[in-house]
Amino acid sequence: MEGERRASQARSSGLPAGGADGDSPGGSAPFPGSSGSSALLQAEVLDLDEDEDDLEVFSKDASLMDMNSFSPMMPTSPLSMINQIKFEDEPDLKDLFITVDEPESHVTTIETFITYRIITKTSRGEFDSSEFEVRRRYQDFLWLKGKLEEAHPTLIIPPLPEKFIVKGMVERFNDDFIETRRKALHKFLNRIADHPTLTFNEDFKIFLTAQAWELSSHKKQGPGLLSRMGQTVRAVASSMRGVKNRPEEFMEMNNFIELFSQKINLIDKISQRIYKEEREYFDEMKEYGPIHILWSASEEDLVDTLKDVASCIDRCCKATEKRMSGLSEALLPVVHEYVLYSEMLMGVMKRRDQIQAELDSKVEALTYKKTDTDLFPEEIGKLEDKVECANNALKADWERWKQNMQNDIKLAFTDMAEENIHYYEQCLATWESFLTSQTNLHLEETSEDKP
Amino acid sequence: MTHNNFWLKKIEISVSEAEKRTGRNAMNMQETYTAYLIETRSVEHTDGQSVLTDSLWRRYSEFELLRNYLLVYYPHIVVPPLPEKRAEFVWHKLSADNMDPDFVERRRIGLENFLLRIASHPILCRDKIFYLFLTQEGNWKETVNETGFQLKADSRLKALNATFRVKNPDKRFTDLKHYSDELQSVISHLLRVRARVADRLYGVYKVHGNYGRVFSEWSAIEKEMGDGLQSAGHHMDVYASSIDDILEDEEHYADQLKEYLFYAEALRAVCRKHELMQYDLEMAAQDLASKKQQCEELATGTVRTFSLKGMTTKLFGQETPEQREARIKVLEEQINEGEQQLKSKNLEGREFVKNAWADIERFKEQKNRDLKEALISYAVMQISMCKKGIQVWTNAKECFNKM
Repeated sequence: MEGERRASQARSSGLPAGGADGDSPGGSAPFPGSSGSSALLQAEVLDLDEDEDDLEVFSKDASLMDMNSFSPMMPTSPLSMINQIKFEDEPDLKDLFITVDEPESHVTTIETFITYRIITKTSRGEFDSSEFEVRRRYQDFLWLKGKLEEAHPTLIIPPLPEKFIVKGMVERFNDDFIETRRKALHKFLNRIADHPTLTFNEDFKIFLTAQAWELSSHKKQGPGLLSRMGQTVRAVASSMRGVKNRPEEFMEMNNFIELFSQKINLIDKISQRIYKEEREYFDEMKEYGPIHILWSASEEDLVDTLKDVASCIDRCCKATEKRMSGLSEALLPVVHEYVLYSEMLMGVMKRRDQIQAELDSKVEALTYKKTDTDLFPEEIGKLEDKVECANNALKADWERWKQNMQNDIKLAFTDMAEENIHYYEQCLATWESFLTSQTNLHLEETSEDKP
Repeated sequence: MTHNNFWLKKIEISVSEAEKRTGRNAMNMQETYTAYLIETRSVEHTDGQSVLTDSLWRRYSEFELLRNYLLVYYPHIVVPPLPEKRAEFVWHKLSADNMDPDFVERRRIGLENFLLRIASHPILCRDKIFYLFLTQEGNWKETVNETGFQLKADSRLKALNATFRVKNPDKRFTDLKHYSDELQSVISHLLRVRARVADRLYGVYKVHGNYGRVFSEWSAIEKEMGDGLQSAGHHMDVYASSIDDILEDEEHYADQLKEYLFYAEALRAVCRKHELMQYDLEMAAQDLASKKQQCEELATGTVRTFSLKGMTTKLFGQETPEQREARIKVLEEQINEGEQQLKSKNLEGREFVKNAWADIERFKEQKNRDLKEALISYAVMQISMCKKGIQVWTNAKECFNKM
């Protein structure tokens, strides 16, 4: 099998001290501490408890943001989004455009919370109007997600940004956090809009269009808290029983999800760590350039050279800043979303298993209890339909999700590579022009010496 | 590097090897030290071929002895500094251990540089002790000590005293002292920050290596993305490991700067010598003036200056004219001597200033050339690092594209 072949090719041990392929460059022996420290870096990345970045939503300096048409960024009006390249593989024209912006703080006697403005533009007939503007808070998004999960237990619902940060946050509502959340919420709604099934969900429509009081009254309807709790209890019970008859394809899916979850979490940690290291590098570089200026004050003959070196370093410093912002713009949000997605997926698997478990337990009961069997065949028939429906829904959505995941990951990493290439190209140009100017100067000087 | 000197032929010097040795030290205790092989080759004019003429082993302390000797016998020369005794300005990955092979290697290069600097100095290269350092393995230490240079060395206390009390040092030397202080301070600062930057850069590169491992593991479960992930991961490993060479090169750049950090001390040594000589001169002039005064007073009978003789005379009675005559004569002799001495000290001082300043001018030119070259080589290193980066990330991007 392809997968197995690749597994055997995969390198087994951790980061070697020298070169990756054993063709260690240079003749010098590897530094004594190096294998220790690179292992340390690995350990730091993997260690769940120690890593301070563990549960934090990555912080971004909003001022560094670069406008990019792929990002759920900023106030591009819904209409201008028509010009955006679709980031999902949806056929035909989008007819539902959503933006999330303008976070606002609301203070009541009981609490403080943030609402976000949601603008929807649509040409769909089932909507009463072509444009809607509402304000929603995080709780409302949670409600929506809950409803979607309820209605479509085996569809892959897009993830919501985390509720709150456990560590490292002094204030719940600092600007970075709000901005990050806003972007994630924007992505959340758009992913739903692009989903072939979810986009027609009634609760979704209400979420986008209802006024505040309408939404509250609507929320009160529907299965109450107790019945939802009952569902949860059943789900937990069935997952504890274990699923005996999980079909092969879902076993594969489950394995994939487990491994994927592991890997994407690691990648999330690594990416955050890279951002942190780049930031610290940037901080040191800021101090590095000015020292050369200081030096030039005491060297008459080297003033120009030193000043030029200082300006090169400063320019590289700026390029580093840009690279950092590119990373936090393109890569970090995507990777983090898929971390949340992987948690989502495990939930979906559980729900599917639970639906099947219902069927299985009834079938079991039928096999062992001969009494009360009149209604069973009908019930079982219904349950069998339910299972088949759920499985098919999941299968279809799974393929779609995988395709999207591939595209998103591919894009995110390609962007990261692009940022790095651009960074190095800028630095290269800076130093090359320095070198040229030094050589030119030298030529000028030597030609002046000639009689 | 080739140059003319004692051998009447062009020679090449290299410190080609370093070896760990054990031996007994002055207190008869076992110790481990590193010995360095110095090879001298003379170059035939006709065909440019070089012939090995001498090869011997020296340890760091012998280099120190050579330098201390040169400092005493050539106080007007800016004597080239030795590479550092202990590793300083280290960043986390770099070892501070003197026995560490990379430190030893960099020291080997530093010692070679030291010898080449001396050999290319128009005055120092002619020194006999230097010649013997390169050619006479056994007994060299005794030969140096026999010169008695340690006795000729100025006492530190005397030098310090002079620095504080000299009244009219040559302004150029005062300026030079300030310059050397500034040079030392700014290069130290630069080296410290550079070490921190290197540390951070190391971190950035190495963390990317983790991608390599995870991508590889991930690729095992992916059908379409697998190949792209796997090969991208490989490039991440290459990227991560490329930093080792990059920073090793940069360490050589740091060493070039360090040499001039230590040169600052050599400059100060010349300034101190000038101050000492100047102070000596001033003291001698003062002494002479005071003696002349005394003489005059004795001759004319007025007592303006304080003298012990004068006091005792007052207390115990006048001295006889004969006694006074005798004293005047003694003083006149002393004054004569003093004037001679002053003349020669003045001459010495002016010679010193002239020679020292000539060497300082030579040093300045050398410094400007070397530092400029070092800065340019730094740029070259950055360029090479950027090119490597572009290549690796372009490759990685291709792999990502294929996913």
